[in-house]
Amino acid sequence: MKSTSIKSGFDRELKNHTSFRQTVRNSLTMAYRGLLKIRRTPEQLFDVTLQPIIFTLMFTYIFGGAISGDIVSYLPVIIPGILVQTVITTSVVTGVQLREDMDKGVFDRFKSLPIARIAPLAGALLADTIRYSIATILTITMGYIMGYRPEGGLEHVALAGILVIFCAWSISWIFAFFGVIARTASSVQGISMIVLFPLTFLSNAFVPVNTMPNWLQWFVNINPISHLVTAVRDLANSGTIGWDLVISLIGSAVIVGIFAPITVRAYMRRT
Amino acid sequence: MVHVQKRIIEPNHGDWAVEARGLVKNFGDNRAVDGVNLNVRAGTIYGVLGPNGAGKTTTIGMLATLLRPDAGSARIFGHDVVKESQIVRQLIGVTGQYASVDESLSATENLIIFSRLLGLGRAEARQKADELLEEFGLTEAAKRPLKNFSGGMRRRLDLAASLIAQPPLIFLDEPTTGLDPRTRTQMWDTIRRLVKTGSTILLTTQYLDEADQLADRIAVIDHGRVVAEGTVDELKASVGTSSLQLSIQNLQDIDVARQIVERVLNIQSNVLYEAGKIIAPMANADLVTDLLIALRESGIQLSEMSVQKPTLDEVFLTITGQGVKKDAEKASFESKKAEVAKA
Repeated sequence: MKSTSIKSGFDRELKNHTSFRQTVRNSLTMAYRGLLKIRRTPEQLFDVTLQPIIFTLMFTYIFGGAISGDIVSYLPVIIPGILVQTVITTSVVTGVQLREDMDKGVFDRFKSLPIARIAPLAGALLADTIRYSIATILTITMGYIMGYRPEGGLEHVALAGILVIFCAWSISWIFAFFGVIARTASSVQGISMIVLFPLTFLSNAFVPVNTMPNWLQWFVNINPISHLVTAVRDLANSGTIGWDLVISLIGSAVIVGIFAPITVRAYMRRT
Repeated sequence: MVHVQKRIIEPNHGDWAVEARGLVKNFGDNRAVDGVNLNVRAGTIYGVLGPNGAGKTTTIGMLATLLRPDAGSARIFGHDVVKESQIVRQLIGVTGQYASVDESLSATENLIIFSRLLGLGRAEARQKADELLEEFGLTEAAKRPLKNFSGGMRRRLDLAASLIAQPPLIFLDEPTTGLDPRTRTQMWDTIRRLVKTGSTILLTTQYLDEADQLADRIAVIDHGRVVAEGTVDELKASVGTSSLQLSIQNLQDIDVARQIVERVLNIQSNVLYEAGKIIAPMANADLVTDLLIALRESGIQLSEMSVQKPTLDEVFLTITGQGVKKDAEKASFESKKAEVAKA
């Protein structure tokens, strides 16, 4: 070894805790690792690239005529709906990938390094916001190509995009929790889909609520996804900010408030 | 021995890099580690020898803060692995049985990320990565994804990653399992160089010759317990000596040859009549010269002669076999030597 000699283990001044600054630094490095991985394996991005394109095309042409009479007048309804559904679905991958990652040998090394214990978790969640951004931009672009001209203007559409990304990030804590406690990656996928499917479809994302039976309307109206979809529609289509946006933000905060601590606790116990 | 400048913090701990007392780890009903005691002096190579499933990896996992012990305690340079885990992590490097590097990234990217996590700046991290890649002969492959790396390259990268922070204690879990002989020798050289810089190394292995080549002291682990501990020579003496195998060309001579063997070497021998072979323990290699001369003087022609070293199988048969007391952990080498001699 070139390095002439190694300092003895007895002479070192060491601390038994990690500072907040180190925690942030470690998390950013782990997020950087996530980005490198995306660059190395671009096929990971299939879900956030193909799904927005295919779903937008499919749902618009299937439901457009039946629900709004024609395609173009359905676009202001469906694009915010698809946007929310796609980006939220993408957040499931966070949990699946976290599980896969934790099963790999490299996680043993992370565990043996003197880094903030939370960093691999925080980094993974942070890196995934890139995925949400890609899905958001593609869905809105796809809508634009098909003739969607949101009246709220670009800045409100951008705001709506950020809102969706933030909410997806919050919800990804739920799936991160499944990822940490589940035994296999495929079971994470399974559990997450069971949670997500009713939430996204039993909402106002695709179909006007007043066409549903009363008991279902009750659920759809309290479903947080519906509030998020409405908030996005308000922002994009009329540039207004309403209660739905506030409710969405509160809902996200509550999810993070509950799931972040229990995920971290479960994660610490596992590692 | 490396001289360690001790600051008197806790005088009891002396210069032990590792002190483990009664470590226990259960996985469900399976007691993987069942009260392991280990003492590793700073600046030495310590080998943990044992078959698959003996509890070697689990023991390392507990010492390296990857697993929490169910009972017992361990200190690394005087720091408790459970209570002061974050300090311990600053003192160790871990190289796993299966390379603990990121498969989807390149070698450089791996080293840069680990360097950054260890607090190096952007430029420093890159420099460190280049240095290590150069040192481990991986510069050419630096940009390639790890998927295309051979087993040996992966291990080297893994070891390089463990050295970023220049830890004073390095755990190597089966560093050469699955490597070809040439790569294995390279790995051995690397490990020896490492110890010259003042590192302490705790390595596990399934191979007796690896422990023989590298380790100053060895602990033999079986069923989660330390069944023997000592220097390489002590251990070897306890498992018996090499055996001398002679093939006699002319089968009629075999009984005469046997008498000569037993007289010259002063031991009991075994004869395999069908194969025309005489097998004798070889306690003193110098006597073999006398034996060969005596055989020639009697006109006995040999067709083959070989020396068989004790194999790992024999080590375990001897140490874990019938002769061992129930309280194997405390059985000293002396008593075992006596048992071997009796047998």
